[in-house]
Parts: sequence; structure tokens; C-alpha cells
Amino acid sequence: MRREDAAIALIIFAALAVAPFVGFGQGYSLTMLARGMIFGMAAISLSLLVGGGGLVSLGHAAMMGVGAYAVVALDHSRITEAWIVVPTAIAAAALFAGLTGAIAIRTSGVHFIMITLAFGQMAFFTTSSLALYGGDDGYTLYNRLEVFGSRALEGGLVFHFTCLGLLIGAWALVQALLNSRFGRVLQAARDNETRARAVGFEPYAYRLTAYVIAGAIGGLAGVLLANAAEFVAPAYLAWQRSGDLLFMVILGGLAGPHGALMGALAFVFIEEWLAKLTEHWRLIFGPLLIFCVFFMRGGIAGLLRRG
Amino acid sequence: MVEPLLELRSLRKRFGGLTVTDDVSLDLSAGEIHALIGPNGAGKTTLIHQISGTLAPDSGQVIFAGKDVTHLPMARRARAGLARSFQITSIIPAFTVLANAALAVQARSGSSFRFFRPAAGEATLNDEAMAALTEVGLHARAHVQAAALSHGEKRQLELAIALAMKPRLLLLDEPLAGTGAEEAERLMRILAGLRVRYAILLIEHDMPAVFALADRISVLAQGRIIAHGTPDQIRADPAVRDAYLGDDEMGQA
Repeated sequence: MRREDAAIALIIFAALAVAPFVGFGQGYSLTMLARGMIFGMAAISLSLLVGGGGLVSLGHAAMMGVGAYAVVALDHSRITEAWIVVPTAIAAAALFAGLTGAIAIRTSGVHFIMITLAFGQMAFFTTSSLALYGGDDGYTLYNRLEVFGSRALEGGLVFHFTCLGLLIGAWALVQALLNSRFGRVLQAARDNETRARAVGFEPYAYRLTAYVIAGAIGGLAGVLLANAAEFVAPAYLAWQRSGDLLFMVILGGLAGPHGALMGALAFVFIEEWLAKLTEHWRLIFGPLLIFCVFFMRGGIAGLLRRG
Repeated sequence: MVEPLLELRSLRKRFGGLTVTDDVSLDLSAGEIHALIGPNGAGKTTLIHQISGTLAPDSGQVIFAGKDVTHLPMARRARAGLARSFQITSIIPAFTVLANAALAVQARSGSSFRFFRPAAGEATLNDEAMAALTEVGLHARAHVQAAALSHGEKRQLELAIALAMKPRLLLLDEPLAGTGAEEAERLMRILAGLRVRYAILLIEHDMPAVFALADRISVLAQGRIIAHGTPDQIRADPAVRDAYLGDDEMGQA
């Protein structure tokens, strides 16, 4: 890891920590910040696959969705204790990633993109048909998660710092993975699969492990998203959402998890800002994204490195 | 007689109507440098692919260290001690030179399912990687990004990666390919330094290099081994001169 990359991430974390005390402490601002951090976490997990492993997944929203729907299923049975819900949701997302990844990772390139998309759509249609949980209309949670019976997460600031803490954890985990022996093999197989095989590595197991870890972190982000909105709908799993996540990673640059974090924050904040300016914000947002792809090849991280 | 380290038994491989490996049998003992020569398109690289596991033969066997490895994938053969270098340089450009070699050390030293400790700081990996880089004279460039190396240095790194695997057999596919005279000379000195310590199957177009290095030579033409022997025997073989008709290189050697 380059020291500057870590510095960038730490500056962002510090900014997120002080944001509520310098004019962003109202409900609306906190909601936006929470969205940014939650998608930041999801984008960081996806960056382990796309940046670290060269695995371009177009089904990552399904990981978030499985986590979110685990919250729904338990909420429906009135189980809202975080120490039960969070591990269950993470395990569910990891299991989903393990089962679908075991098949998807046998393919590569465009086929991998298509098969992850197909699994994502499968999950999307499954949740749409869950009449018990509101089907297409979605499901409103009874309440946010409780921690040892405490309703502390209902408080805006506590939720804010919970998201921030977990975001930092996800960033540190992905960064550590990329620097480890495991990450070295993953990146070697991404850059030159033949070379990785020729020195004695079978990339499959490493890629599948990365896929499961990314799924688990995505599931955790899904838990937070469900709790931020206190509402879950199949739209959380739509392929457009997977596309957004992929775009955040690319917008940020594939240089590492700090890039994905910047991409996600930029994406969420620009989206919010444009939506406030005009109701036709998509007309501006679309071309803006195209502009970024054309003129910022290394993403935001690339701009910062050059600068 | 000592059991050969590598033994090919009647390998055959066809691509459509073209027979690229035609009943090739060959053996190589520990410590021997065995050169495989032949005109372009003779099937040398295809043969290396079948030995290293990139391609499966249609029939025949590859026996390595007494074990039938014909159906093992490349990674398994690599872990068994079969290291290959590529005709077209195959390194990880985004890694440092040291990390390229350390990756190879890592493959044979402990599990790579280690998730938290930074690999770049592992002294055991780095020490052995550095030893391999020193062997090829690339230690001063250890912390440079591999993409920034000159072509000749990349060829040296290619060799260092293979050495870092602590292999029992080196399959070297044109290690001098594309190098200038000075670079070729340096690589020749490195290869000569490996003699006896490593068994080497060497494919090379540079005839003076082949005749200087090899203990034995096999000549491949149109997928078949047409001659086999010591450098002196090969030089005198009329069938070989035929295969290289119009090729001055044999004369110079």
C-alpha cells in the first residue's frame, strides 16, 4: 500500500467524523452521509473483486440485498438484536456468494459479467415474489437493530458513527487482504494468470475466497442500508444498483479500496446535489458519468496521484 | 543406470490435420542440460507446453521424477518442481521485481491462504527471492517495478522467477529471445552458472549458445525427433544439415 493512499482514506474518515459537527448534523444530511458510507463499504468490497482480482461482477447488489433481506426475515419474526441479525445476514450473504461464485468463477471475462448479472437477477425476482415481505412493494422494518436490547442505533449520531466504524473496518480489511500473501496471488492471477499457474497457483480457490469475503462485506452494507432507511425493497437488488456499484469503483479508480470509497462518496453526493437542483437530474448525471469514463482513466484516485 | 528425471514416451499431438508432435520420446537426467533445436515451426514450444502442462498430448506419457504427470495441471507440475520460462516474457508488470520472485517462493513455502500479514514484509520470502535475483544479477533492481525493466532484464527476471521456485527441472523456452549481443552474453554466463546444479531442457535458436551449453541435443523437425546426441555428433549429422538446409547457423556452430 502506498502511504499517500492510506493518507487519503484517513483524511476522508476524519472528514466523515467531523461532518455532523460542522453543519451536516441534521436529519437530511446524516441520511445522505449514511448512504455515502454504506455504498462506500459496498464499493470497497466490490473493489476487492474488480481491482484486486480482475473479477468484474455485475451482481454485487444481490450481496447487499441478501444482507438486507436477512434483516427483513428476522425483523418479521421480531428478532432485531444486532448480535444475532448481523452475523446471520453476513453468513447468508457469504453463503449466497459461495454458491453462486463457485459456478461464476469457472467463467471469465464477459461470461463472468453475464453470469453474475444472471444470479443477481435471480435474487431480484426471488425477493419480488416474497409476498410475506411485501413483494414488489417492499417491507418496512418495525424498528432499527437493537444492541443488547438498547435502541441506541435510533439516534442519528450513533448510527452515523456505527457506519463510519464499520466502513473503516471494511477498508482496513480489504487493504490488509490486498497486501497479504493471499492478495498477492489474487493480483498476480489478475495480471497474468499463466504466470500464476506456472509458479504453482490455481487461481480458482483464491478468487472464490475473495468473492465470498466481498459478498460478506456487501451483506453487512445491506444490513446498514436496511437500517438506514428502515425499509427494504427488491429495488435494492436490481441490476441497475449493481451497475451503480461498479461505476463507483471505476469512478474512484481501481487503485485500491480508497479509490472505491471516493467513487462511492462522489457518486452519492453528486446524485443528491443534482437531484436538488433539478428534477431532470438524470439528464446531467448520465453525460457526467460518460465524461468521467472518457477523461479520467485512472478515476479520482488517478487524478490525485497525478496532482 | 539412474532413473531419468524427465521421460517423454511417444508423445503425439495434432492440431486438426497437422501433426505437431509426432511420436516424441526423450529423456533427461538430473544435472544435464539437454537442448532442443529445430527450424521454426518444428513444434518445440508445443512440446514444452505438453511437458509443462499448458497443453495435453493426444497420446503418450510425460514421466517426471518417476511419476506420471501427463494429466496433471500446470500448477501441480510446478509445485512438483517443474519450472518453465516463456518465449514471450511472462512476468507481473505491476509488481516489483522482488515481488515477482517472492511470488514464486510463496508458491512452495507455506500456505498462501494468509490474509493479514503484509507479504511484502515477510523476510523468509524476500530472502529467497533476493537469492534468486542475485543468481541472475538483478538484485540491484529488486525494488523497481517490473514493467520498468529493459527487455534483457525482463529475460533475467523470467529466469529468476523459475529459479525462485527451487525447481528440479528448468524448461527454458528461448531464454535469449529478442536480446541484443551484450544481453545475450550476460544471459549465457548466467545459464552456464546453472550447469550441474539444475537439470535444464533448453530451447534456443542461438546455435553457438546451444553448442556451448548443451550436454546433449535433440533435433526436432516437423514434430519428429530426427537426431539425438552430443553436440559433436549433431554437428556431423547429415540429417540435421538437411533440416537446416540453407541455414548458415549450423556452419558457424
